[in-house]
Amino acid sequence: MSIEDLTPRETGGMIHPEVRAPVDESERHQDGGRLQHAEAASKPIAAPKTREPQPRGAKIRGNRPIDQGEAAERFLAAPLHQAAHDERLWDLRKKRDVSAHGIPEWEELREIASSIKAHTLSRLDTYLEQFEAAAKANGVHVHWAADGADHNRIVLEILRSHGARTLVKSKSMLTEECGFRHHMAASGIEIIETDLGERIQQLDNEEPSHIVAPAVHKTRMDVAEVFAKTLGTDPDNDDAHYLAESQRETTRPYILNADAGMTGCNFAIAETGTVVTCTNEGNADLSGNVPPLQIHSIGIEKIIPRIEDLGVFIRLLSRSALGSPITQYTSHFRGPRPGTEMHYVLVDNGRSERLGMEEFWTSLKCIRCGACMNTCPVYRRSGGLSYGATYAGPIGLIIDPTFNKRKYSTLPFSSTMNGSCTNVCPVKINIHEQIFAWRKVLAEEHQIPLLKQGMMKAAGAVLSRPAAYRAAIGTADSALRALPRFAVYNPLNTWGKKREMPDAPKQSFHAWYKQNRMAGAAKKDVS
Amino acid sequence: MRIGLFVPCYVDAFEPEVGIATLELLERLGLDVAYPFDQTCCGQPMTNTGCHAEAAATEALFVKNFAPFDYVVAPSGSCVHQVREHLTAIPQTEEVVGVRRKTFELVEFLHDVLKIEEFPWASFPHKVAYHSNCNALRGIHHARPSEIVAPPYSKPLDLLSKVKGIEIVSLTRPDECCGFGGTFSVFEPAVSAKMGYDKVTDQARAGAAYVVSADSSCMMHQKGCAERLGVPLKYIHIAQVLNGAAA
Amino acid sequence: MSAGTRAATLAAIRRNRPAGDHPLPQVPVFAPLVADDHVAAFTEALKRMGGRVVEAGPAGDPLGHVRERLDAAKVVASAVPEHAGNRDLSAVTRPQAVDDVDVAIVRARFGIAETGSVLFTEAELVVNAVAYLAQHLVVLLDPADIVVNVQAAYKRPDFAGAAYAVLHTGPSATADIEGVLIHGAQGVRSLTVVLLPRGDVRAA
Repeated sequence: MSIEDLTPRETGGMIHPEVRAPVDESERHQDGGRLQHAEAASKPIAAPKTREPQPRGAKIRGNRPIDQGEAAERFLAAPLHQAAHDERLWDLRKKRDVSAHGIPEWEELREIASSIKAHTLSRLDTYLEQFEAAAKANGVHVHWAADGADHNRIVLEILRSHGARTLVKSKSMLTEECGFRHHMAASGIEIIETDLGERIQQLDNEEPSHIVAPAVHKTRMDVAEVFAKTLGTDPDNDDAHYLAESQRETTRPYILNADAGMTGCNFAIAETGTVVTCTNEGNADLSGNVPPLQIHSIGIEKIIPRIEDLGVFIRLLSRSALGSPITQYTSHFRGPRPGTEMHYVLVDNGRSERLGMEEFWTSLKCIRCGACMNTCPVYRRSGGLSYGATYAGPIGLIIDPTFNKRKYSTLPFSSTMNGSCTNVCPVKINIHEQIFAWRKVLAEEHQIPLLKQGMMKAAGAVLSRPAAYRAAIGTADSALRALPRFAVYNPLNTWGKKREMPDAPKQSFHAWYKQNRMAGAAKKDVS
Repeated sequence: MRIGLFVPCYVDAFEPEVGIATLELLERLGLDVAYPFDQTCCGQPMTNTGCHAEAAATEALFVKNFAPFDYVVAPSGSCVHQVREHLTAIPQTEEVVGVRRKTFELVEFLHDVLKIEEFPWASFPHKVAYHSNCNALRGIHHARPSEIVAPPYSKPLDLLSKVKGIEIVSLTRPDECCGFGGTFSVFEPAVSAKMGYDKVTDQARAGAAYVVSADSSCMMHQKGCAERLGVPLKYIHIAQVLNGAAA
Repeated sequence: MSAGTRAATLAAIRRNRPAGDHPLPQVPVFAPLVADDHVAAFTEALKRMGGRVVEAGPAGDPLGHVRERLDAAKVVASAVPEHAGNRDLSAVTRPQAVDDVDVAIVRARFGIAETGSVLFTEAELVVNAVAYLAQHLVVLLDPADIVVNVQAAYKRPDFAGAAYAVLHTGPSATADIEGVLIHGAQGVRSLTVVLLPRGDVRAA
């Protein structure tokens, strides 16, 4: 197979001439080989696959509890999607391992990062005031938003006061949390996402499914379909290079003509008033450096005390996320360019309340690397959209209920509590223990299904009374014929649908012991 | 030294051979082992579902049954993790704290407390994939999990290395959860089963004839998955292998 | 309204302050993970991130190893004395005006051996946007300006002094479609570091 076979680039006039050069640098490195970095490789295009419709996310029914299992089952029913998703994210987990194991002080770094975050959160008021004062001294306008709606209103006011009609933005989980794009749709101001994955999701009118890789649940065929409909690309060309290039070429005019740019924030430095973003595409830098008005949305928990603390966090972030030693771009915005305006919007949206939750406040340490998602065996097999919430995967299970206890009451149960998430977390959040703690809170507050709680009550009643327990696991000790009800609640036989039932042994251990080891055992007098 | 043998409900009901092997192995090592006859369960199904109040009476019964012993030993990392970390639905009296502290999983009891150096009676000339239960691995620290940057160790593999003829094969995802997850297996059956299918496929691809684990619950799930897929793997508890089971 | 929100947020934070002391930890100076040859380490690290590294050219043509790229370019914007270019960045009033730049040439303030990163501030870039809107970026780096690791980099004063400071580690990249790695997602399609000491104009 020649290079030409692999790169059908000549479709349409959308492609920049650079990409048609004899040696295409979008996929070839200095020595002519295919790109292979820390985070991924430029693979040859696979043979056409059978088209498989993209499974969609959880059904949202107002405030009713999300049925993650139902959405996960539909994701599993799309094996091409599920396998690609699982493999891609497991690959990131492996790359993370290689990267982490290359740093002898890795565990110490995690401990230090965790302590710096704990320290900052314990004095968050002081550090926020310091950050604000430094920012103001740098000529930045600082705003405080109580919640998502407040954030959206503040940004809209800033935009209106400048007569802005278009805004380009880089990826920000905070703005997802605020429902920013949806809110702005009614305002007449056009919002353009500039991260490729996020742009795909915007064009498909879907939420991001992963903190770092928003469209990781889509195949290239899905993207080709979305782009054909929205950007006018060739529907039959699903070459990832062609698709990425089409997005670049169609987004560039928006970037050049935007009245305002927006970014999220990975770290906010108290001592200098700096906002730090970490991206691989450089789109935060475009958003911050091209339009005459720049806005940075900042979750208040993003503060760290000093620039030199970045020496800890930057070493952990991308290694945990993608396995690369650093993101392609680590950008430090401290003050406006001459003749332009720079605004910070500090957003609370439940964070100050979460700070007071004894068992859950450390979830505020999260630096949004996505490592817990990549390692989570449930997430990899369910797809991020199955969680029906801004934050999917393990970190989502412990954050989402703080936003809406009823709607997300089911999520802490979408876990085997295997603990891998806790071990990969670069700031050592005890994620699986918080999942366990949430289950207790939800049960106590009757946010779990009555059926489930009733079953557990019945199980507790049986298991605390030896005679009842013996009766439950078999009418005759020597012939266990039915599964005990506490083990497998059986109206639908959820166990047996997917798995074979365990064999019933001739007798239980209890019966064996009684027969063989207790007084009179030799008589084989089994009662 | 008086040992109280705790036979978890799953083992009692479905894998009595595991309880028998544990008892015989401990006796073979010269220990005084008793089986408190009124035992039932550690309370895990309820606590893992968040229902701590519903677990209280079961936990109290556990403590009552096992308070008289110097050590409590159970062939299950998962149940021992529950007792050690999560048996908190009842007041933490000295007796309760004491029982929680002296409860050991079989592998760690053999490895850390008894420091057994050899199992001369044990021979298992087969290719084996070892399955770490997640609570055993990350909760009671049976081995260095692959995520952690630290010198590798594995207590179960240390013990198995003393068994004649055994050959341990490597999995592509050695620490990946098999999807049992207690009540997760019943409440999220689709994801649970898919994880199980992937696990048994990995075990088969590695060339294993047997899967050995310190937890029967995971193996019950995996065995069910393997049978459904038609994968000819056999599952056996580490207690049986160490006790000299001939397979 | 914002003032009220500010007060309310700070009050809520004070009310909900987590128990415990939580002192700011001392960060030890970790032993560098790179060998003594920082240039070699830098080169290897940058290549792993998709960047290119070339030696300085012969006397008289210090940019000789990127000559082909420069010659093929219609618009070259240079922020360095080593090359004149044909677009005067100091005369640019709107960042949008550098969208047609084929190759931008800038000097890095320093490099990082651990990661293969180079640092720019607004002083080096002149027009910040050129480092992203240009198709290709050529970076001059004095081998003497390579610091050992990220930790050492963040002890430098550059970050606190600049309005904008950015570490580039290779070109713009994405793997957002099926994990296929692609250069030139939004920013530059290539980043080539020329190892050229400062002040070594070599009669360009």
